[in-house]
Amino acid sequence: MTWDWNAVGDFMPMFWHGLLVTLEALALGALLAFTLGLVWAVLQRSEHAVVRWPVTAVTEFVRNTPLLVQLFFLFYVLPEWGLTLSALSTGVIGLGLHYSTYTAEVYRAGIDGVPAGQWEAATALSLPRPRTWFAVILPQAIRRVAPALGNYVVAMLKDTPMIFVIGVLEMLGEARQYSAQTFHTVEPITIVGIAFILISYPASLLLRVLERRLVR
Amino acid sequence: MSADSNLSKESAAVTAANPAVDGSELIRFDKVTKRFGSNTVLDSLDFTVSSGKHVTLIGPSGSGKTTILRLLMTLTRPDEGTIKVDGDYLTHEERGGGLVPAGEKHVREVRKKIGMVFQQFNLFPNMKVMRNITEAPVHVLGLSADEAEARARELLELVGLTEHADKYPTQLSGGQQQRVAIARALAMRPQVLLLDEVTSALDPELVAGVLDVLRDIAHTTDITMLCVTHEMNFARDISDDVLMFDAGRVIESGSPEKIFSEPDHERTRQFLSAVL
Amino acid sequence: MSEISWGLWKLLLDGVWITVQLTVFSAALAAAVAFVIGLARTHRLWVVRFLSGAYFEIFRGTSALILMFWIFFVLPIGFGWQLVPMWAAVLALGLSYGAYGSEVVRGAVQAVAPAQREAGIALSFTPAQQLRKIILPQAWPEMVPPFNNLLIELLKGSALVSIMGVGDIAFGASLVRNATGQSAPVYTVILVMYFVLAFVLTRGMRLVERHAKASVGRAPQKREGLRTRMNGGRGDELASSGATTAGGAR
Repeated sequence: MTWDWNAVGDFMPMFWHGLLVTLEALALGALLAFTLGLVWAVLQRSEHAVVRWPVTAVTEFVRNTPLLVQLFFLFYVLPEWGLTLSALSTGVIGLGLHYSTYTAEVYRAGIDGVPAGQWEAATALSLPRPRTWFAVILPQAIRRVAPALGNYVVAMLKDTPMIFVIGVLEMLGEARQYSAQTFHTVEPITIVGIAFILISYPASLLLRVLERRLVR
Repeated sequence: MSADSNLSKESAAVTAANPAVDGSELIRFDKVTKRFGSNTVLDSLDFTVSSGKHVTLIGPSGSGKTTILRLLMTLTRPDEGTIKVDGDYLTHEERGGGLVPAGEKHVREVRKKIGMVFQQFNLFPNMKVMRNITEAPVHVLGLSADEAEARARELLELVGLTEHADKYPTQLSGGQQQRVAIARALAMRPQVLLLDEVTSALDPELVAGVLDVLRDIAHTTDITMLCVTHEMNFARDISDDVLMFDAGRVIESGSPEKIFSEPDHERTRQFLSAVL
Repeated sequence: MSEISWGLWKLLLDGVWITVQLTVFSAALAAAVAFVIGLARTHRLWVVRFLSGAYFEIFRGTSALILMFWIFFVLPIGFGWQLVPMWAAVLALGLSYGAYGSEVVRGAVQAVAPAQREAGIALSFTPAQQLRKIILPQAWPEMVPPFNNLLIELLKGSALVSIMGVGDIAFGASLVRNATGQSAPVYTVILVMYFVLAFVLTRGMRLVERHAKASVGRAPQKREGLRTRMNGGRGDELASSGATTAGGAR
């Protein structure tokens, strides 16, 4: 076992930069996943089969295939379609799209959990459809599912290293780069591994508390 | 509840949108049939309710009473037959000389004339009491926030809950929640108020407060009421007409005095002796 | 897609076989880990609970890809243990998905009514007998739907090994892409391959679930559409212990 503390000190500036990129990708990816997921969930409740059906098919497909391959798909295919994005943007779209198919299920469960009486009361008051969604159903559904959504943020955090394959210098990318330059591999990979545990463990604890407070 | 002191205000709050109280026909069911699977809940039902009347539907559970209210609120659609509210078809539209299933817009217009209070209150738990009441007037009727709030305050006074405007529904007792639900329905100034077993989910000691409020509204306004209840004393007290239901049909109707004291029908007698 | 020659197709199909092997072996290891750790987390001795809990938090807390890097690069350099890439991949996937699986086992075991265990005690069963005769048979049907979810996640996670140069489907895809310069058709084809594999796994798990339910005398559930089958159990997890199991489903 060789552990070189100098290498640790050497790597730290790159590590901090990588951490920043990881958190940036995570925040943007989560934002996209929350928004898109909500769109899928609402469209899946549409009265029209022509809306429901394609949305269901696409989300099932995306959820049941690997994020890694989807990232490659976006990275190589988007430019062919004339859409040239930075590696980070591509990574964020990949993460956000993939996880939106999970958050859609979470929202769906939350929406199904709102008692039928709430829909009926909204109908009895003649509330228009959008108003029913935004003022009555979603506020109740989202409160219920907030902890579950949070869990997917933690899950997404653990998938962010994947975006290094398309050239994003997040934590793992920085570690790979450092080891390519210096041939130190043990230290950077170990540090990044520990960093993930240090971030995700307290986050899970926090979510458990949140769950206890929000979901009665 | 000190009802009398509120009399004038109640009338103002409740009746402003009730211009045509002339005893004309407000609700008409024409050969309405409703089935759930193989179970026929309503069987070619005909009945009418005149404007300003208070009509109570009684009968054994499963006899289709609640279904009538849910049909009027378009929470469920009839399999056959038509329903008219204030002269307009509810779930149909006249087009090209024939009747076609109504579009959402038409249904919504007709439905605005109807308010409903549910057995389980169905208050919106994410909104405070005040917003529960103002939400629909603002976003459906297009009232300004101030107007809606003024109207809500009048109604909260009517139901005796002025001091609870800033609470969430879960902070109220069942009886209080139901009174808020009544205020919420009235805030839309409906011509018809549907009451679906509004005291069934309440603890016995909370029933009286809710019935008092409804009694006030019945006696001091000319809103049309259609009421499903197991509270026979209340039915006797407020009703102009009582309809006895059995197996999806009206088997007897008449004034409460007649139905409760000398019903024609044996089935009615049996039912009343079981519940009274 | 005509530019993709037979030789390249064969490359992709070889990849499918590697992916299937990876998934089966990793799932076997993950299942073993899940039961050992999951049951240890319900053990009456706190030391056992603490150690197994620590395993769960560490392996769930880190990223599968980082763990894979660690096993591929740090173990050989740091400790002198060099594994065949295939087995290194199985180890990484099995250890991390096993941690998620342990949560499923623990949850299902603890969901068995306490009265059942008490009845076992009243009949003087040993703890091992209680577990084998009473607890696990009742808990098993509850585990199958979440295990199905985990299996799909494991299948998707297996694509990570392509980064390490193991020749699975995803690796085949990058070779074919380099050979033909075509991206959209190649990646579409292999996404469909993964989807088909996921579908087959789900159908298989449905059979297991039906059998498991029948074995404890419960009527098999009515036929469900593809979508509910694909997400079986997720709604329940949300309702019961979202914080741990919903995360555990990853």
